[in-house]
Amino acid sequence: MGKMIASAGNSGPKVRSDCEVTVQLRSRGGITIDLTSKVKALYGESIQNLCREVFSFFRIKHAAITINDSGALPFVIAARIEAAIKKLKETENEYLPGMLRVNTYSTERERFRFSRLYLPGNNPALMINAGLHSADGIILDLEDSVAPDRKNEARILVRNALRQVDFLGAERMVRINQGDMGIEDLRSVIPHNPNLILIPKCETPEQVLRVDAMTGTLKKQLNIKKQIFLMPIIETALGVENSYNIARASGNIVAMAIGLEDLTADMGIARTAGGKESLYARTRLVMAAKAAGVQPIDSVFSDVADLEGLRQNVLNSKALGFEGMGCIHPRQIAVINEGYAPDDQETEKSKKIVIAYEEALKQGLGVVALGSKMIDTPVVARAQKIISLAVKLGRVQADWRNEFLTDKK
Amino acid sequence: MAVKTVINAAGRRVPLEINGQKVIPFRGVGKHLPDGRKYSPPIPSCINYPVDGNKVVRTLEEALRKCGLKNGMTISTHHHLRDGDLISNRIFEIASSMGVRDLVWFPSASFPCNNPVMKYLEDGTINRIEGSMNGPLGRFVSEGRMKGTAVLRSHGGRVQAIQDGEVKIDIAVVVAPSADPFGNAKGTGGKSACGVLGYAKADSMYASKVIVVTDNLVDMPCFPMEIEGNYVDYVVVADKIGLPEKIVSGTTEITKSPDRILIARLTASFLEKSGILKDGVTMQAGAGGTSLAIAVFVHEILKKKGWKSKFGFGGSTKYMVKMLEEGQMGYILDAQAFDLDAVMSVEKNPNHVPYSVFNAYNFHSKGNLTSLMDIMILGATEVDLDFNGNVVTHSDGYLLHGIGGWQNCLHARNVILPLPLFRDRIPVIVDHVTTLCGPGELIDVIITERGIAINPLRKDLIKSVRGSGLPLRSISDLKQEAESICGKPQKPEFEDRIVAAIKWVDGTVIDVVRKIKT
Repeated sequence: MGKMIASAGNSGPKVRSDCEVTVQLRSRGGITIDLTSKVKALYGESIQNLCREVFSFFRIKHAAITINDSGALPFVIAARIEAAIKKLKETENEYLPGMLRVNTYSTERERFRFSRLYLPGNNPALMINAGLHSADGIILDLEDSVAPDRKNEARILVRNALRQVDFLGAERMVRINQGDMGIEDLRSVIPHNPNLILIPKCETPEQVLRVDAMTGTLKKQLNIKKQIFLMPIIETALGVENSYNIARASGNIVAMAIGLEDLTADMGIARTAGGKESLYARTRLVMAAKAAGVQPIDSVFSDVADLEGLRQNVLNSKALGFEGMGCIHPRQIAVINEGYAPDDQETEKSKKIVIAYEEALKQGLGVVALGSKMIDTPVVARAQKIISLAVKLGRVQADWRNEFLTDKK
Repeated sequence: MAVKTVINAAGRRVPLEINGQKVIPFRGVGKHLPDGRKYSPPIPSCINYPVDGNKVVRTLEEALRKCGLKNGMTISTHHHLRDGDLISNRIFEIASSMGVRDLVWFPSASFPCNNPVMKYLEDGTINRIEGSMNGPLGRFVSEGRMKGTAVLRSHGGRVQAIQDGEVKIDIAVVVAPSADPFGNAKGTGGKSACGVLGYAKADSMYASKVIVVTDNLVDMPCFPMEIEGNYVDYVVVADKIGLPEKIVSGTTEITKSPDRILIARLTASFLEKSGILKDGVTMQAGAGGTSLAIAVFVHEILKKKGWKSKFGFGGSTKYMVKMLEEGQMGYILDAQAFDLDAVMSVEKNPNHVPYSVFNAYNFHSKGNLTSLMDIMILGATEVDLDFNGNVVTHSDGYLLHGIGGWQNCLHARNVILPLPLFRDRIPVIVDHVTTLCGPGELIDVIITERGIAINPLRKDLIKSVRGSGLPLRSISDLKQEAESICGKPQKPEFEDRIVAAIKWVDGTVIDVVRKIKT
């Protein structure tokens, strides 16, 4: 006889927006639910109904269920119940909550990736309002922030979050695990419109190719047409040395990140605020990324209380050529977005490029030139993005063309 | 026999009688304007008091006995010692040991440290509480375990009830950080300083008997006297009136929650873009984490623009004190000091002035300070589609908070409620508030992390922020968004029995709380 009792999820005095579900399979007695919840007066019935629905979906007729709830949303409760059931019963079935229509947006290669907010994959409380803080991307993390024995329940939770949480236009990223477990992660998340997959601890192009191939296979099976981009993370000395080949391993790679906590550990040295110890690795990574035509992304800054330190760190990072940084707390986002945003010099140059392009169009010219220099289409696209971003940040007026053209006269 | 009920002007069913006293149902904002004269306590003669001015008696029990403590009396206390109050519970312990029954406790607010009075509610020493009931006390009332019906009033409403004679205080016990033998008292000095004693002023003037309890007896005169000795019958010297670390939070801190910070930023930005925030602005904000963050952001804007607030009304905190000290605020008028910096500022800064709720909040008076305030930042447990607000019950129907100054503050020029759209799955915007504490016509703006709703009655405000880029939404839109995330909550069920009445600022009954069905 198999296991008869299992739990999933979290409860406790500090836990919010989550629940712990314990399921005991029985041979008779039907479904009984023992619900403790601080929102019982308001959602007691709906929680019980959801619970019955999930059990009926998995064709379980007899079980004693205990739910200890601290205000979990339905997609969380459903994920916790499913995870507990799957510890007791082999099944390929998935109880999928509805896909929000707003969650079907796609992404593009050239978008800015200044800030991306890490969200621990097994912590629903941090997911719900994550989109409000204006990060360019959010990362649902299945790797380091999830304990080894919680990987399965995190996978189910992340899957449901991809369907049910509106991240308000942020690029929807998932960091998968290494190796086989990562491939398993892909099966769970690819059907639910992730925009980008982060591949941790990349040391060789083959690692990328494996993820790329699996993603391709799943896309084909599921008839997914939208782009799913890749971002390898370099976290070892070997990864740094191979970074150029990693960056150009697949056309789906749009950015490459460096992870300094693991890298310094791998090198057996301490990570310092000044970052001298990683200067070679960082410049090497920037060079490799630029050579391969992808965005170089810097490591997270771990002291969330030190916003001034973060600001300095971002400015140094931008000066080295990095184009974005991970965030581990929402308060870091504004500083990072501001730091990587184009400065006055860049916006002025972009204005010139955009005007030159618009004039070339007007005159029906096939090529765009600024002075004696030819300008490629991606450069124009980038300039347009810089301008629209500068307008959004209030650094450039919406009617900048008038001013620009008047100045010229 | 069931008490007769009617539907009041706010559409709520309320009784015509509470605790055997006739009451007036809410008639609309500014509609109940009684004539007649104020209540007056008995006339004392100085000849009956010690000629040497020494009113000190040995113990609180002796003072209570001398005041003629007996069954059915109304005993008032103030809450300036907040969660560090060591005296209020002691009063009922003494009463219980004397076999006195059916007292009415009339505190200006209660705190968790007052939970032991439940014992005296259960043994019949106390019939009911007329005042705020937090946490376990609220639960006790909601479950129908209190004998009488609770009456909740705002701070200003409490003063109004005292002045108008709705509540006749038999004995006021005024705990004072410093006092002299004549009974002059103040909130500063000694080992239990709380800053100011504004909430006790009306009690001292209108009660039949007044006892001052202090652990810092000073020579006459205790100056500046917030409580004047001419109103005081007895002075008791106690070893310790309070636990200093619980009287004031050593320090108040702005919220760390990124969502709350977002709400605070949005609020500051709204104040700036709407033009409400300007040179000479008057403002009030509470001591909650979000309010403090708003104060910090507002301070930044004032500095940036070179503006100065004419005055702020306390509850004061170190953030307000900082504005005063750095020159962005002219004065702090203060009804209570929330943290140590604020207490010290009252002591040393002549522009930080104690100001009683008597002057600030009382609706039946010759002017109301709150109507002079440009910016009023308030909280709520719920608001509804008509902008009505609830501050006493939660959506599950349990009584959990007092009204505080909330109702009084609604009379400010711009009433702004920064609120999270939902708290642990519980939406804050509902169809109809569980308990009506403030009519929607007085609530102007709801600011949530997902958008700002302006009361359609405030056409001027709507116009002022048009094209500002602020995320303006309708309140029903915000409600819908919360429900699409959280699900639509079911309603709690109540029995018929009324366990608490909510008074409006003019003494009329705006709503009631009924017993939770268990």
